[in-house]
Amino acid sequence: MNFFNINRQFRSKLHSKWMFICLVLIALLPFIILVGLYIKSNFLLNNNSLFDLLCTGNWKPTEQKFGFLPFILSSLWVTILALVISVPVCILTSIYLTQYAKTYILNLMHPVIDILAALPSVIYGVWGILVIVPLISNHIAPFFGINTTGYSILAGAIVLALMIIPFMLNILIEIFKTIPAELTEASLSLGASKWQTIKFVLVKKAYPGIISSVGLGLSRAFGETIAVLMVVGNVAKIPTGIFQPGYPIPSLIANNYGEMMSIPAYDSALMFAALLLFIIVLIFNIFSRLSIRRFEIKV
Amino acid sequence: MKNFKIIEENIFRGLMLISSAIIAFALLLIIYSIFSKGLSSLTWEMISQTPKGGFYFGKEGGILNAIIGSLYLSIGATFLAFIIGLPVALYINVHLYKNKKIVNIIRFLLDLLWGVPSIVYGAFGFTIMIYFGIKTSLMAGIIVVTLLIIPIMIRGIDEVLKTVPIGLMEASFSLGSTKSETAYKVFLKQCIPGVITAVLLSLGRGIGDAASVLFTTGYTDNIPTSLSQPAATLPLSIFFQLSSPIPEVQNRAYASAIVLTIIILIISILSRIFARKYQKNKINF
Repeated sequence: MNFFNINRQFRSKLHSKWMFICLVLIALLPFIILVGLYIKSNFLLNNNSLFDLLCTGNWKPTEQKFGFLPFILSSLWVTILALVISVPVCILTSIYLTQYAKTYILNLMHPVIDILAALPSVIYGVWGILVIVPLISNHIAPFFGINTTGYSILAGAIVLALMIIPFMLNILIEIFKTIPAELTEASLSLGASKWQTIKFVLVKKAYPGIISSVGLGLSRAFGETIAVLMVVGNVAKIPTGIFQPGYPIPSLIANNYGEMMSIPAYDSALMFAALLLFIIVLIFNIFSRLSIRRFEIKV
Repeated sequence: MKNFKIIEENIFRGLMLISSAIIAFALLLIIYSIFSKGLSSLTWEMISQTPKGGFYFGKEGGILNAIIGSLYLSIGATFLAFIIGLPVALYINVHLYKNKKIVNIIRFLLDLLWGVPSIVYGAFGFTIMIYFGIKTSLMAGIIVVTLLIIPIMIRGIDEVLKTVPIGLMEASFSLGSTKSETAYKVFLKQCIPGVITAVLLSLGRGIGDAASVLFTTGYTDNIPTSLSQPAATLPLSIFFQLSSPIPEVQNRAYASAIVLTIIILIISILSRIFARKYQKNKINF
């Protein structure tokens, strides 16, 4: 009996130690990634000023010229356009699903959202090439009198918008669910219509949450690689319109990994791009998560 | 005034219906367009053979190498992530349940990791590989994909473990069980459906991710026989075939996309079935 007891205690200790080691490993991971990428991009940072890297558009790896401006701007264009398309759809749908929808619609929409979220990005890319690119080159661009192959910032943004919709929608639905029913009931009992209640009570109360979910969607969109890479055109030039091809940062990294060991400082430049991406995404994530958390505590 | 109120409500109700319909329609459109384009090229040969000579010029062969490679990669990574992720999730919920502050910081870090784009994991994995002198291989791919899906796994399991009532833990302690016994025999058992869902979710993510394996796993026409060999993956196979100018090869890319979509759909349906089936073993309070 005594032996058995010691054995159990020992086992428990062993388990706890293993759990603790795993936990520490995971908690350190973001810092390890940060340091690892920084060390690799150090070479580039030593030879170029940060200002030159971020604010000039001269991209000639063979001549050791690395200006990231076209890539940063392309990323911004694609991401912001994707948000402009997806945010209204997400907000309206999440209000509908939490406030109006009947059970059978919920039963229908939940699998739809789950499957959209589960589809790999390469599938979205294939769909973009099949549907969105021809749509833009044959119908949308001629409507504005522009001639384009369809591989453009707009195509990237549409594909991206669809990809981040399930992600933002899930967060928004969770947020609207945390709004206490007493608040909406009080508003309804004072004679406000359902829509007035939503506008003046629900959305107002959920406002910080909505902003955070947009922030999270933005950081998700910023780092999306393959789907955007397949439809965005990949021309290293500062984009001037939505029908122009772009070259976002993730596509830059993914497209050039093959050559980066053959040209000096190129690998350092690509790792700098990854570091840049990591930091931007991290900043948006930190602020959005903090704001969502504060919001949850307040409610 | 009253009229305007009603008109406004109706307009917005219409908009909400439209936007919900857009989302449902988009899913149907994705599935329909990929199936209608690729179904004609989807043959048994395609999913049962490895690429033969001239496969990338439209000659015979299939994508078995990519299917098997993807399965190896994602199952290996899910297994590793489970071994590391489950203890962490249990530790957070059982051992640290009094230190809410530490738990919140850990959850915050995990959420941040979840948001890190997969291409960053790929680039990071690549620097590690260069540092240790490892070539592109199945092993490197498994490690990177593990890093990618660990936060999903832990947060998924954590979300279900959170719902276990404190009373159950106290009852277990009062009967004399140790912390780890409480963790594995009470908490884990109570949450099996949620754990399976989290595992399947991570598996789906592991199969579908392309950006992280681009650097680390390489690409080959053979089925890998050891961990140190490079492996083909389904998303990359689609990507490479689609960038070919030859129409037959492009059609094969669409057919490969069908295979990938079907795998993802099966995983998604399985996770629903499991979640429902094991729900009845749960003790309700």
